[in-house]
Order: sequence, then structure tokens, then C-alpha cells
Amino acid sequence: MDIITLAEVTGSISVLGYGLAAVGPGIGLGIVVGKTLESMARQPEMASKLQTVMFIGLALIEVLGLLGFVSLFVV
Amino acid sequence: MVQPSGAVLVAAENGPELPSIRDFLPDPILFQGTPFAINRIIFVRLLAMVIILLVLGITASRAKLIPSRWQGAVEWVLDFVRDSVVYQVMGELRGRRYVPMITTIFLTVLVFNLCGVIPGMNIAATATITMPLVFALWTLAQYLVTGIREQGLWPYLKQELFPAGVPWPLYIILTPIQFLELLVIKPVSLTIRLFANMVAGHLLVAVSLAFAQYYIIVVSNKWLALAGVSWFGLGFALTAFEMFVAALQAYIFAILSTVYINQSFPEED
Repeated sequence: MDIITLAEVTGSISVLGYGLAAVGPGIGLGIVVGKTLESMARQPEMASKLQTVMFIGLALIEVLGLLGFVSLFVV
Repeated sequence: MVQPSGAVLVAAENGPELPSIRDFLPDPILFQGTPFAINRIIFVRLLAMVIILLVLGITASRAKLIPSRWQGAVEWVLDFVRDSVVYQVMGELRGRRYVPMITTIFLTVLVFNLCGVIPGMNIAATATITMPLVFALWTLAQYLVTGIREQGLWPYLKQELFPAGVPWPLYIILTPIQFLELLVIKPVSLTIRLFANMVAGHLLVAVSLAFAQYYIIVVSNKWLALAGVSWFGLGFALTAFEMFVAALQAYIFAILSTVYINQSFPEED
């Protein structure tokens, strides 16, 4: 190892990319679930309807993380 | 938790048998060289299909007015799809036509997903991209046909591509996005969600069990065997988690199909 090389990574660097790709959806899922819980606590009679909408939102956000996962294999 | 030291790895010569993407591209076992070549995953699919047909067929042929416990369980699943998925999103009037389709999608995806945790099958039948793609294309065809039938071609396209209440210069940006969303993003996201979830689940479980096997059987060191036991526990927990994910993904696939079809109906105001 010469003096110019400060850091060296062996193996597939796309694993790091997947880690980065998981950050955004993670934050988003946290916000969605948290807000839904908050609304359920405020209005328990709406709980089942909120849950349905929450799952739809979760699914839409989840795709972003999974795109990172798929690109790990594709690229 | 316990990191293997270099000496142990050298002593064991070969590392754990980690899973790879090769698991999802098995060699054909029947009818090699023809378009009908059957590999392990397709065989699992056929088996799962037979199981669904047998279970539902036998239950339906023995249906009684006073349901037995088993009949009650099957009816509970069918009721769940009808009431909590279709009717809750679309309402009864619109939804009645789509109950058979959504039930088919839900049950098939559920059983195909559960194949991933059944010993002997050990691979989710939805873990290659073709199976989710078929369901997604079915949904695509359904919501296009529904939109054209309920509104006519031009009003439907107008509703989808030029949403009302938007200042007109925004259409330059919005219309291409809406077009992509309609024809590409919706089906592709349905496909990738199911497919990637199943692949990720299989890899997780297989990695933990491969490490468990490696530390307990291959490496002869009783302290590292302890690590192997904890890997085995993790594999056990992840298998349970996979069952949860299988049901959740079937539910999400069904409910998103319903939502997409529901969006094709004219917006009432």
C-alpha cells in the first residue's frame, strides 16, 4: 500500500450504496408510522381506516429502499 | 458478536456456504432445452398451485350451512379480503366486480410467499421477477380497462394526464410524470416490492443459517459454537419474521391493486 492510498475497500461497494439508500426511506417510514399512531391515539374510531392508508403509504416508501437493494444485484 | 480470528478461518479451510443470486437461477430439472423447462422454483409454483386448488376445492365441495372449524378459517380469509381490502377501499357497489380478482391475487401471493419458509421448498415462489410481473400486468390491464369502461378513453386519459385544478404551465412537467406513473411506475413498483422483499428475506434467513452451520459444525471450537447457536436463534427469529412479511406483502399487493383500480373510476365531486 503506497502513501497516496488513504483508505481501501475490498468487496462490493454497492453494499455501502444500499446502506445510503436505506436512510431516506427509513426516515420516511418513521414519520408515517409515528404520525399514524398519533392520529390513532387522537381518534381511535378512525383507526382501521388510518391503518389502511398507512399501509399504502408504507408500500410506496418501501419501494425506494428496495430499489437500492435491487440495484445491488443489477449493477 | 464473536469475530472469527484469522487462524480459525484458515483452519476451517472453506468458509460458510453463503447464499448468492445463483439460488434464484437454478438449473432446469425437467424438459431441458424446451420452452417448458421446469426448474426448482417453477416446480415449487406448480406444487403451491395444486395445494391452493386442493384446499379451496375440497373446502368448497364440503361447505355446510353450519361451518366446521376449518371452513370457518377459510371463510375468515375470504371475508378479510372482501371486507377489509376491497370494500373498505372501493365500497360495495364498485368493489363487487373485483372481489374474485383481488382474492385470487391475495391468496396466490400469500401461499407463494409462504413457500419460502416451508422446509423442503425453502424458496418463495414469488422470488423471481416473472411471477410478480404477471400479477402487476394483470392489475395494469384491469385498471386501464376499468378506466376506459367507466369513463371512456379520452375522459379517462384527461383525468389521469391532466389533473384538474392545476395551473396550465405545470402540465408541461406534470403530464410526462403522470404518463410514466400510469404505464410504468405503478406496475414496476408493485413487481419490485414483492420480488425484492422475497429475495431479501431468503438471503437473510440463508445467511444466518449458513453461519450457524459454519460455526457449529465446520469450526471445531466450542466458544465459536456459542456464536453459532446465536446465529441459529437469529435464523429462527428471521424465519418467523419472514412469515409475517409474507402475509404483509400479500396484503399490500392486494390493497395497492385495489387502490389503483379505484383510481380509474371517475372522481366524484
